[in-house]
Amino acid sequence: MRKFLTLALTLAAVPSAAAAPVTLTYWQYDFASKVDTMNKLIAKFEAQNPDIRIRQETFPYDAYNQKVASSVPAGQGPDVVNLFYGWLPQYVDSGYLQPLPARDFPVAQIDKTFVPMVQTSKIGGQYYALPTSVRTLAVFYNKDLLRASGVLTPPRTWEDFIAAAQKVVKGAPPRFTTLGFGIQPDGQDYHVVREVLVRQFGGSPYSKDGKQVAYDSDAGQKAMSFYTDLFTKYKLGTPNFFPGNNSYRDAFIAGKVGMIIDGSFAVSTIQKGAKFGWGVVPLPVLRGNGVRSNFGSYWVNGITKNAKGDKLAASVKFLKFLTSEDTQRTWLQSVGEIPASRKLSNDQQLRRDPVYGPFVQALPFAHSTLFVDEAGQRKAWVDAINTVILQGAAPANAVKRAAADEQKILNGYYK
Amino acid sequence: MATTSKLRGGRPAARAPARTGSLRRHQIRTAYTFLLVPLLFFLVVRFIPTLMSLRLSLFDWNILREQQPFVGLENYRTLLEDGRFGQALRNTALYTLIGVPVQVALGLGIALLLGRVRALRGLYRALYFAPYVTPIVAAAWVWQWVFSPQFGPVNTFLGWLHLPAQPFLTSPGQALPTTAALVVWQNLGFQVVLFLAGLAAIPRVYYEAAEIDGASGAQAFRKITLPLLNPTIVFSVVTGTIAYLQLFTQVVNLNFTDQGGPLGSTMTVALYIYQLAFGRYQMGYASAVTVVLFLIILLITLLQLRFLTRRYDA
Repeated sequence: MRKFLTLALTLAAVPSAAAAPVTLTYWQYDFASKVDTMNKLIAKFEAQNPDIRIRQETFPYDAYNQKVASSVPAGQGPDVVNLFYGWLPQYVDSGYLQPLPARDFPVAQIDKTFVPMVQTSKIGGQYYALPTSVRTLAVFYNKDLLRASGVLTPPRTWEDFIAAAQKVVKGAPPRFTTLGFGIQPDGQDYHVVREVLVRQFGGSPYSKDGKQVAYDSDAGQKAMSFYTDLFTKYKLGTPNFFPGNNSYRDAFIAGKVGMIIDGSFAVSTIQKGAKFGWGVVPLPVLRGNGVRSNFGSYWVNGITKNAKGDKLAASVKFLKFLTSEDTQRTWLQSVGEIPASRKLSNDQQLRRDPVYGPFVQALPFAHSTLFVDEAGQRKAWVDAINTVILQGAAPANAVKRAAADEQKILNGYYK
Repeated sequence: MATTSKLRGGRPAARAPARTGSLRRHQIRTAYTFLLVPLLFFLVVRFIPTLMSLRLSLFDWNILREQQPFVGLENYRTLLEDGRFGQALRNTALYTLIGVPVQVALGLGIALLLGRVRALRGLYRALYFAPYVTPIVAAAWVWQWVFSPQFGPVNTFLGWLHLPAQPFLTSPGQALPTTAALVVWQNLGFQVVLFLAGLAAIPRVYYEAAEIDGASGAQAFRKITLPLLNPTIVFSVVTGTIAYLQLFTQVVNLNFTDQGGPLGSTMTVALYIYQLAFGRYQMGYASAVTVVLFLIILLITLLQLRFLTRRYDA
């Protein structure tokens, strides 16, 4: 009898041991170095977990959010998905993402081990997704152009920044031949006004819960005046200097711009394209108060509602692997994005790196904005800035306009 | 149409009394079987989605929400107060009012001139037709350079004439006419071909008769060319108007980071629909705009066909 039982149990156990491995689908957008790195990481993960297979699918960046969004109502799509952090509120709201199991991802531990801006992904006290890497902003400058214009040290304060740009700029509106500063409101600049300048002038862009616009204030007006003065008063440059999608960056790479503000994600493009000496310095501070601030953004990996049972367990394993320090280090080396872990970003060698250092140093004071409609919220700012630089509106009115437009979007979402 | 009449004309001679009925039925059945395929295609690809979008416009349908509540005409009520929609509608009307007359007049003018060209005729035609077959994205890219305030040859040329440099696509006041110019330039080749064909179809004898009667060139143009070209002009105006009312690709690609900008000055209704649906996932509201655009196009087309089409008796 016992023999029979053992046999029966063994037989029952055999099928599950020999069962096909769990297959997970992972989605991210199509960016060559990211896809290659992920393929290598997947091979490594599968070697460690022979019972899990990962299938990576990628889509063009322009269509990515749309593709993910349309898979929601259909109940199809990936088990683990890569998303821009700014899309999270909508995806959490739709029930598309499941909260990370607290047992495997304790909230307190994430708060402690990841850089502060990651807390934007904590919604209702729960984390829904985690990044491998993060990005901040810094000033890229053309060493050759600055030196030729008599600027020997790159700027540390906004006052120096303006003085340096004024020496570099050639031509006058509307015909510039060289820009001192590659001004571009719809590039990274509107983040600079909202998350950097508003704070440097002593304000705060939003209420603590992110539901109320708070930049319609003295600080907001000063920030808007300061930024638009770069165009109207100091004539450091002009938007859309080069045609195309990445005007300011392309113009910088072509050697026609002294300085631009861009994210760490631009490093590899500039490294490959620029045929001159260039460097990176932290975002400037105001000489008066020296307050530092930065805008941080990141892409997160979350688990969708499609992952259940075995798939959920496998997804948790995969997500732990994707957010591990080992993976973060691989990501930095092959993709060039800076690690999301506090420990790695405190690494002295990384902080002293001439290119990555300024981005890494900004992590402790980098803020992320909680978007509920990323495109709409950007448009509110870009239009407001354009009323000043294209139509001569008063900066104070422009701030009011941005605030009204954006508050309307927030109200529509939080109703 | 020519084929049917030929068939009908050919049949009586071959008529064999007993078999005609069954052959006829057979032919009809075959015809309907073949027609069924495109009909099915139209039903599935055109009509059903149209009806679905009509239904969708009555819901607050956001892709990223679990609940898609029925709101009746609420979306249409919102439309009435939507400043951006109003701006898109005004811009679209402006594009049509600028674009259609200019491209019809230029197309006809160039076709008349090309009719007189003897040497290098093919080359001239190819030159005018080239923009029409150029990918719009590429053309928009080149257009950005051509009208760049900094490097554009247009501003260099203005400089030679001691005229001030213009901001063109970067100014809310000039961006729309500049965009319209791109569309006209692109469509011109097609217009020219259309009018060349229309002109070729006018029998020479009319002109010869007019000449004998001592009519001037202008008179011949007014009394012969224009009336006999009427069907071509109607076709050109109607299809041109529809194309302008649906304007999208050029606008998107001329200002990629601020599509429909600066400050919404080049925004079209079609682009607004796209942004609402695929940028902000407000499918219900986007459908309401689609329905309104559909009704506008239908109304304008019917009006044009009613008032432009004339019968001229010789």
